[in-house]
Amino acid sequence: MSQRICCKQLPFPEPTVAAALKIPDWKQWLRTARPDNAPAVLSRRHIYILPTRYGLLYALVLIGMLVGSINYTLSLGFVMTFLLAGVGNMAMLHAWRNLAYLTVASRRIDSVFAGEDAVFEIVVTDTKQRARYAVVAHFDGQPSVYADIPASGQGLFNLRLPARKRGWLKAGRITFHTEFPLVLFHVWSYVQLDCRCLVYPHPAMNHLPVPASADEGRSGKLAATSGDDDFAGHRTYQFGDSPRRVDWKASSREQGMFTKQFQGEAQNSLWLDWSLTPGIDAEQRIRQLTRWIVDAHANHQSYGLRLPGQEFSPNTGEAHYRLCLQTLALMDV
Amino acid sequence: MNSRPTIYDLRWLLLSMGLVTALHVSHLSIWVSLLIGAFGAWRHVIEARQWELPSNWILLPITILGALGVMVTYHGLFGRDASVALLALMLALKLMETRGLRDYMLLVFAGFFLTITAFLFNQSIVVGAFIILPTLALVATLVGVSHPNGSLHWRFQTKLAGMLLAQGIPVMLALFFLFPRVPGPLWGVPQDAYRGMTGLSDHMEPGNISQLTLSGAIAFRVQFNGAVPANDQLYWRGPVLWHFDGHAWRTSSQLLRIPRESLHVNGAPTLYSVTLEPHNRNWLLMLDMPTIVPTNAYQSRDLQVLSRDPVRTRIRYEGSSNFNYTLSENLSDRERELALQIPDGENPKSIELSKQWAHQAKTADEIVQSALSMFRQQNFVYTLSPPRLGENPIDDFIFNTKRGFCEHYASSFVYLMRAAGVPARVVTGYQGGEVNPVGNYLIVRQSDAHAWAEVWIQGRGWVRVDPTAAVSPSRIESGIESALPPSDTMPLMARKDYPFLRKLYLNWDALNNGWNQWVIGYDQKRQMELLSRLAGSQLSWQDMAIALMVSVAFIGLVISYFLLRDKRIKMDPLQRLYLEFLRKLESAGLKRQANEGPQDFGQRAMQRLPAKADTIWQIIETYSNLRYGRNGSLEAMETFKNLVKAFRTS
Repeated sequence: MSQRICCKQLPFPEPTVAAALKIPDWKQWLRTARPDNAPAVLSRRHIYILPTRYGLLYALVLIGMLVGSINYTLSLGFVMTFLLAGVGNMAMLHAWRNLAYLTVASRRIDSVFAGEDAVFEIVVTDTKQRARYAVVAHFDGQPSVYADIPASGQGLFNLRLPARKRGWLKAGRITFHTEFPLVLFHVWSYVQLDCRCLVYPHPAMNHLPVPASADEGRSGKLAATSGDDDFAGHRTYQFGDSPRRVDWKASSREQGMFTKQFQGEAQNSLWLDWSLTPGIDAEQRIRQLTRWIVDAHANHQSYGLRLPGQEFSPNTGEAHYRLCLQTLALMDV
Repeated sequence: MNSRPTIYDLRWLLLSMGLVTALHVSHLSIWVSLLIGAFGAWRHVIEARQWELPSNWILLPITILGALGVMVTYHGLFGRDASVALLALMLALKLMETRGLRDYMLLVFAGFFLTITAFLFNQSIVVGAFIILPTLALVATLVGVSHPNGSLHWRFQTKLAGMLLAQGIPVMLALFFLFPRVPGPLWGVPQDAYRGMTGLSDHMEPGNISQLTLSGAIAFRVQFNGAVPANDQLYWRGPVLWHFDGHAWRTSSQLLRIPRESLHVNGAPTLYSVTLEPHNRNWLLMLDMPTIVPTNAYQSRDLQVLSRDPVRTRIRYEGSSNFNYTLSENLSDRERELALQIPDGENPKSIELSKQWAHQAKTADEIVQSALSMFRQQNFVYTLSPPRLGENPIDDFIFNTKRGFCEHYASSFVYLMRAAGVPARVVTGYQGGEVNPVGNYLIVRQSDAHAWAEVWIQGRGWVRVDPTAAVSPSRIESGIESALPPSDTMPLMARKDYPFLRKLYLNWDALNNGWNQWVIGYDQKRQMELLSRLAGSQLSWQDMAIALMVSVAFIGLVISYFLLRDKRIKMDPLQRLYLEFLRKLESAGLKRQANEGPQDFGQRAMQRLPAKADTIWQIIETYSNLRYGRNGSLEAMETFKNLVKAFRTS
């Protein structure tokens, strides 16, 4: 397991006629490889092959050449036509072996916020000591990426799936396909991996100040924690930051996006309390809490989270941050 | 995959198109080749500089101008030459709007088609071998565009394309030999499709045979059943010319009403088979006098053998001839009239001379001898470059220039005979040939083209008289090359000097002969012959179809096996023994994890199987020493082997 070649994004997804005409896709009844005993293998039972429209055109051209050879009694014409027929035949075998018996497994999947694209890192491994070329993968209806897989090596596909709702996002069916080496045959296979991505709630877009916490009587100070009073410097852009807060000048000068930070007073522990979020829409309240957590984390503030039925005492750090967001992501309302 | 091909793909495409065009350069008009080259260069510059492709407003006028140019150059658009030129030009123009995968695929497929049209002009070994290059480049182009970013190494691309072609060869061979051949043509072919084939024509005028003699091209090859007859017997009968218009000799249309001349032969026939190069005429050349007519052929009244269709592909036929014959013992009045025809009021001096001979002679034979001795005794010269003849060509030749080629001698001889009242006619064909000791067959070239005469003598019928033999006996006895003065240039291959080159050439010709017999000449008849001989019985087309399917399926299976089988990993004995040890542990429920080295796994195994801990430790230790240590010995290897073999988990 040596080399790994990172996948590359293809310019645009493949539009199909069936999709345009809204015809139910017959391919949904085809067999899908599943990781019964991980990882999933694209065995011969899972490989499908059909000529592409270029393959059909090639056949037509060959028939034309054959008829021409007969008409003009061109013996070498027969030789050439039959040789190309042989090549077409071999292209079918080569296309098939380019995809067959790859093993597919998923790797670490980073959590994302709702509204972002979840990126599934799919590792495809060759176990047959032969290099594979131009293997393309995509989730249904999503853009394709391709990778070459060295002999006995791995190829990495970063497949994107839009995360719309908080909670678990299950990986959909992945289609692997290839038309290598001659574009005459389309070989494809389906894989359903048992993997999922945790989607954090979408942070609320408003900049409602963190409400006064009933605890410890520090409410007045807390409210100003992330106030608009004094410009305190930059921090890197966090997903969900208000565009009004982005320091566009700084962002254009330097690399990456920067958000302006304003601070009122010294930092203290915060209590982010469910009961303090405004409104009655539970989702909106979750998003508001998420917003506060993101901001507090970005400011390296210590914060606690209090939800109906559970409580996380104030803390800082990545693990705490992830735990709080995960709880919100999976909260039943 | 809709990714756009890159400049690397474009270079491959341009290379392929260049190679395909190279196949055609010899018969394309120079401006067409240059224009195609210019389009290729232009397209490359556009890609390299990231320019926009030219709009249709630029391309459309060029297209129209190009088509007009082809039309003017080739006098039309529908002949063979014009079609090929137009196709090549349009492909080059298509390059100018080639962007995506679709355009590339179309161009490559059209490139295959353009490649095959090269065979309309030439099917020699050389072209057959050269065709590999454009085909390889075209397939490699396909390999390139099937990869989304064109990042493949050119060497890999070429290798894969070569591999695909090589793996296609078995299927090609099966299809070539077994695919039922249908005799063409299926539809009419362009008028000019067979232009450029050389051979005898249906008329003879001063200069046209000597012109043919300048060509070293092969007319036909002959394999004799037995020894090759002497050179002066090798008169290959072609068109028989009766009608003289004062300038040219032609076949006579009036012969149609005359019955076939009677032929009586003595002795055993000479048997041979002829492989005739296409010449787009009907005549099949056979030795004087043909006694058996090949299938699909017939004999004219004057015993010329003609095929029913013009010979447009190389054909092979069996011949049978007798050198000892009597042709047409009786001559009808009609025939006599035709055989004495000469235009009035020309060549007065020749007519005068003939009349004088006729007056002196008692028999026709004596008149013949008078003419021959005139050629022999007077100062006549046999040459490829005779001077031009004036108003009365026969007079001018006999009394003035006295320099001529076989057509001059045959023509004036027949003229003199007719003027003297002896029925006579001109026969054209080939004389002699060269024996190729490699393969022992006779090569007859266009340079062996010849014309001679036949006179009708009471009691003997039509008798062959070769006036050229009187002037230059060596022409007939040892071939044209020895008969001509050294100043006359002959095609290199018809000459007898340069023995090494000749030997090389004869070997090459033997190879060509095999190529013609087995590749180019492999038609329906040969296919049936070959397959029936292999099968031992007559085959029907159903048998052939079954044989074809079975063999293609078999080939497919064999190649699939080699392509799809798992590659064996070569293992050293140490590795093999270690894996055996692992297998034994695995059957006891102890599976090595991917991240566990021998030591770690050994530790775990010892904990799980305390009873065997010592042995396991010993095995792991020995393995580590042998694998990673410095002092591995054969004894240690032996110990390790015994340990593993003896190891039991329970």
